[in-house]
Amino acid sequence: MTQEKLLGWKELPLGGAILEPGNSERRYTGDWRTFKPVILQDKCTRCLRCWIVCPEPAIYIIDEPYTTKSGRQFKFSVEVNYDYCKGCGMCVEECEPKAIDWIEEEK
Amino acid sequence: MESVLKVTWKRLPLSTNFAIAQAVKDSDVDVVSAYPITPQTTVVERISEFIANGELKAEMIHVESEHSAMSAAIGASAVGARTFTATAAQGLELMHELLHIASGLRLPIVMSVAARALSAPLSIWGDYSDVMNVRDTSWIIIIASTAQEAYDSVIQAYRIAEDPRVFLPVLVAYDGYAMSHTYEPVYVSEKSDAFKDYIPKNPRWYTLNPEKPITMGAMASPEWFYEFKYQQVVAMKNALDVVKEADDEYGKRYERKYGIIEEEGVEGSDITFVTYGGLYGTLKESIEELRKKGEQIGLARIRLFRPFPSEMLADIAEKAKALVVLDRAITFGVNISGPVAREIISSLYARGIERNVYSFIVGIGQRTVTEKDIIAIYEKVKEMLASHERQKESIYWGVRE
Amino acid sequence: MMAKPYFRTVYDVPREEYLAPGHGLCAGCTAGTIVKLLLKVAGPNTIVVNATGCVEVSTTPFPYTSWKVPWIHVAFENTAAVASGIESALKALKAKGMIDPAKRINIIALAGDGGTYDIGFQALSGMLERGHKVMYVLYDNEAYMNTGIQRSGGTPEYAWTTTTPVGKILKGKVQQKKPIAEIVAAHRIPYVATANPGYFADMMNKFKKGLEVEGPSFVHVLQPCTTGWKFDPRYGIVLARLATETALWINWQQEEGQFSVTVSVPRRKHVKHYFELQGRFSHLTEEDIEKIQKEVDLEVDRINKLVGRTVIGPLVE
Ligand SMILES: Cc1ncc(C[n+]2csc(CCOP(=O)(O)OP(=O)(O)O)c2C)c(N)n1
Ligand code: SF4
Ligand code: SF4
Ligand code: SF4
Ligand SMILES: [Mg+2]
Repeated sequence: MTQEKLLGWKELPLGGAILEPGNSERRYTGDWRTFKPVILQDKCTRCLRCWIVCPEPAIYIIDEPYTTKSGRQFKFSVEVNYDYCKGCGMCVEECEPKAIDWIEEEK
Repeated sequence: MESVLKVTWKRLPLSTNFAIAQAVKDSDVDVVSAYPITPQTTVVERISEFIANGELKAEMIHVESEHSAMSAAIGASAVGARTFTATAAQGLELMHELLHIASGLRLPIVMSVAARALSAPLSIWGDYSDVMNVRDTSWIIIIASTAQEAYDSVIQAYRIAEDPRVFLPVLVAYDGYAMSHTYEPVYVSEKSDAFKDYIPKNPRWYTLNPEKPITMGAMASPEWFYEFKYQQVVAMKNALDVVKEADDEYGKRYERKYGIIEEEGVEGSDITFVTYGGLYGTLKESIEELRKKGEQIGLARIRLFRPFPSEMLADIAEKAKALVVLDRAITFGVNISGPVAREIISSLYARGIERNVYSFIVGIGQRTVTEKDIIAIYEKVKEMLASHERQKESIYWGVRE
Repeated sequence: MMAKPYFRTVYDVPREEYLAPGHGLCAGCTAGTIVKLLLKVAGPNTIVVNATGCVEVSTTPFPYTSWKVPWIHVAFENTAAVASGIESALKALKAKGMIDPAKRINIIALAGDGGTYDIGFQALSGMLERGHKVMYVLYDNEAYMNTGIQRSGGTPEYAWTTTTPVGKILKGKVQQKKPIAEIVAAHRIPYVATANPGYFADMMNKFKKGLEVEGPSFVHVLQPCTTGWKFDPRYGIVLARLATETALWINWQQEEGQFSVTVSVPRRKHVKHYFELQGRFSHLTEEDIEKIQKEVDLEVDRINKLVGRTVIGPLVE
């Protein structure tokens, strides 16, 4: 499972300390998914409920202006990072405008 | 050249417990977390007085158990505080889980233990059953035999524990009651900052600091765990030199030193006695009588139980015809059941030295050991030696049939 | 009147993340949601002490950590004691000028129900009595999940766990859930609250308050567990909300002795809606459910009387 080099006792930090904060970012949990959430940017109201609940976190706020087909303007968008999304579906359940599609992953 | 602070000493009548408290004050400890237990309690009481009088600037955590005492000490040490705790017997057992964690996290905590028997039946009296159970926890274990040595050892303990070659916790043990509550003259520093060059405040171990966030106490899978344990093996090996250096340096600065093994007359002795703690005093006095009769007797006191000074003991053994080891603890269910005797036998085996090692169990639950006992043990060993009798089982000296 | 809450909408929630992805919590584990939001409130000047349990093992498999703040795990039962040591040490080091006395460092103890209700209770009580300025966050998934779903003092009555199986005679847990937050409140510490991630702003305001008070604080958070409660992972937050909508879980706080319900429920749902979604209650008969409903009704009465008005409304659906 581990991608890290198996260091010897001399090189390893004493007592199993981990010196690099948040380095689990190098562990991609996206392959846990069987279904994936897909945010429909035109339907999304930017309510950020999905961003609040995602336990990974695998939903990011992207600071880029977006204009929907119906002409609504937003300063940012919300996107799923599939490197980490485990496909729990909590965001889908929380999305009131039903702006997240739930699509089976191809195997 | 380092400037050496001139220390002025004052001579005080102190029990070993009070000497320990004095050393904690003079080590400028930051956090003390402890729980009362006989015969340790007066250590913590005296430290509380120092804090209450502003003589020691430290936080005292009045924890609700020894388990929490060691846990709080771990927390305090993990943010870089110089940390102390003290306990005995049941308290030390309650801490046991955390002893492994303190050393595993490589935290330089110092703890004193007024060695006491373990229940059941309940005994508040002295022996070394509690201390010996710490054997496999990767703590450095120093056993003092006088109040003065206990004072000096606590100060040395911080130098040892906080040395980057070591970064392991240190336990300073001494006899419950026989030492903890007996007054002796002790030289203590007039001023509390006398040791600040000897044990400078400079936490170099891993600490929790928001400016440099690290994770401590992670989970290690089989592919990682072993290496961390081996690091401890190496640190323990290093500790042998570091303990010696710390003692030498202490001697240079303050004109008191103890070595790792205190020995006397071991050169060309017929029989060398080996023991630890306050019993050494009794042994010394008893042997005088025998020596007057011309007996060649050596004496050795182990001051360091972990790491175990195997080579030094092998050297001592080589000079004698036989060793007699007086242990104040029993490791149950094995023929040679004196913990130190067992270590010595394996040390000799490793060096390929053939010597008779006679293991005696004495002073259990503070059963008195008198001069007469020592002389009788000596006579018994001489007999066994003369008849080339190899000891098959420890002798439980003085146990009633 | 209550001061204006700090977090009111999602837009008040800081963007910075201090929990990194790549951790191993189950898909849909609401502990991830709770911890992530907790750290957003606390920010970088924080030290976390974590008890053994799901959060601890899932976030720190060496050589990886999901923590961007200093974090320590020592053992299962001593989180409050370790946090006490940290707090006292920082005090001492500040007094001696070894760290900047002006620096405010949050100390958070984070433990599961097993680590709090049961094995860690003594250390917790000691910490509260001594008055250490630590916020203790209990994430309550109502069983020992890390060891494979065994009952704890926090497991509710009737719930199936691997040690309270549904057999011919015994059907799930026999005893009731221990009222841990009330027991903690009896220590008369400055701040005690219950919260759940279904009401994120309420929960985050409680974390904020807990970190602000001078002295110990305790926030008890309900944490739906997809694996142990046996529900579809997508329903974690739905269930958290349902717990409050049915009044099985009431979000309250006690600030300097002042009790208030922070999430009022004008129209209460029947408990069956909560049970229905969870496999751990699938053996409940209608009678069992009605019995529980009656217990909840009584509890609602008690709370409304305590508050002095109807904060939890009548059963409507
Ligand atoms: C002294 C001790 N006893 C037992 C265990 C085994 N153990 C580890 S985690 C755990 C259960 C944790 O339950 P809880 O606190 O509810 O946290 P969760 O895993 O549910 O998040 C147990 C029993 C242990 N680590 N230490
Ligand atoms: S499916 Fe789950 S993990 Fe994936 S983005 Fe939605 S909430 Fe996050
Ligand atoms: S919950 Fe739905 S509407 Fe709200 S931000 Fe997420 S995708 Fe958009
Ligand atoms: S078992 Fe439950 S609490 Fe543990 S990680 Fe899975 S969902 Fe979370
Ligand atoms: Mg649990």
